[in-house]
Amino acid sequence: MSVQDQDNPTDLKYTKDHEWVRLDGDVATVGITDYAQGELGDVVFVELPEPGASVSRGTSFGVVESVKAASDLYAPVSGEVTDVNGSLQDAPDLVNTAPFEDGWMIKIRPSDKAELQKLMDASSYEDYLKTLH
Amino acid sequence: MVQVAEQPAQPGVTAAQRAEHSPVALQKTPLHQVHVDLGARMVPFGGWDMPVQFPTGVLAEHHAVRERAGLFDIGHMGQLNFDGPDALEFLQWVTTHDVSRLKVGAAQYSLLCNEGGTVIDDIIVYRLAETRYLMIVNASNTDADCVWLEQQLKHPGRGVNPDNVLLRRVSPQQTLLALQGPQATAVLRRVAKDDPGELANYHAMESTVAGIPAVVARTGYTGERGYEIGFDGAHAALIWNALLEAGREEGIIPCGLGARDTLRLEAGMALYGHELTDLVNPYEAKLDRVVRHEKGDFLGAVALRRIQETGPQRRLVGIELIDRGVPRPDYPILADGKPVGTLTSGGPSPTLKKSIGMGLVPVPYTAEGTEVQIEIRGKPHAARVVPLPFYKRMSPSQRGKA
Repeated sequence: MSVQDQDNPTDLKYTKDHEWVRLDGDVATVGITDYAQGELGDVVFVELPEPGASVSRGTSFGVVESVKAASDLYAPVSGEVTDVNGSLQDAPDLVNTAPFEDGWMIKIRPSDKAELQKLMDASSYEDYLKTLH
Repeated sequence: MVQVAEQPAQPGVTAAQRAEHSPVALQKTPLHQVHVDLGARMVPFGGWDMPVQFPTGVLAEHHAVRERAGLFDIGHMGQLNFDGPDALEFLQWVTTHDVSRLKVGAAQYSLLCNEGGTVIDDIIVYRLAETRYLMIVNASNTDADCVWLEQQLKHPGRGVNPDNVLLRRVSPQQTLLALQGPQATAVLRRVAKDDPGELANYHAMESTVAGIPAVVARTGYTGERGYEIGFDGAHAALIWNALLEAGREEGIIPCGLGARDTLRLEAGMALYGHELTDLVNPYEAKLDRVVRHEKGDFLGAVALRRIQETGPQRRLVGIELIDRGVPRPDYPILADGKPVGTLTSGGPSPTLKKSIGMGLVPVPYTAEGTEVQIEIRGKPHAARVVPLPFYKRMSPSQRGKA
């Protein structure tokens, strides 16, 4: 399997756990990368927190279930969950088909924007992916 | 007389355990390179490096088998030949079903049980000729089954003379493919010498496929109409490609162990190591129909008779999740607020679009409609007991009406 079938957008930040973050003003949108969805296989269920929940960096905020296994989702930044992607309830396969767009998972209002500096940019993430194979 | 092609497993260590610690020890079927070239994701299974899915993915492979046709490499499964004048009586001794009911060309699902009446393996026994039988066993149990059968052959019951039984392991040199799905017959008809449409369920014939001598059996592990095809592994790529080519119009695709598992779960079929283990007896696993006391003495008969008389304490049930979530093997089953068992299998049902599982629960909780909960990551999720199988294929006439 190729390292990535879709390019990792250069305007996003990435974690070693294969989450991505898009910062738009005060809101950080979070999802998983194309590499991650490819490794998981067909996604059949996504368990997400309620809006208003607080999440902290590096801890589990939800679970993504593929046909074969359940995998934790880790918060790339700390903060309050302002929105969750309700479309994933009935169309969890959006995580496979559009991981960087309609397959997004939660929006967070970051409590410490300095945490964003700790994330990788697209080229560092791609270098990191090369070390996994 | 015993010839076992490979060294028996190290005592106390299963092939799977050895493989886990030493990836180089994984065995490969004759189609291994074909799978790698197709871009399959390979995983260790029962000591073998097997495709869990092809680039199409588990869901597409699952639906292909339910709607059209899918092709599986099952060359990891063990194949044992029993030949000779006492082969029938030896099989009567070591298996639970009544082998004397098999006419030449017929097959039966059966079990190997120990003296305590618990399950060593679940198997299929074919009668290929007057005194020649083929036993298909689980990949992960093949080494242990061979050792166990050799031991049984040293001092068999039922008056068997060990010199009158030749036990030979013929896998992996002899390999197996499974062609499954409503279009399987149409696909196979294009490359088989004899019409597979003539085969009754659980029957086999010696024929040729793509010109290669093969045993074609109407058996499978998907709940769909289909065939298992056995032949010399030297021809594996030729037959694999011929079947994919023959089924192009029908939309046949290669399928991996991921789809094999979701398909068998929907069909309510047991998987050794999950529903069946050496801590489970056939009555608990609802396999009463393959324990035939009327045939006379066999291994485990005394213990099994006792269990049959008192009734098992727990039984296998189908469970459907009502709340959203995905049940997995080993998740606790709760009833009346307390744990009553664990799931033996579980996952999404791509055909029914539900979450389903199987598990052993005490008899008072086995009635259809019983409300239970499945504990998922510490949280109880509403579920109920439903009849098995979850999915039953429609006959062609029902399909016509639908």
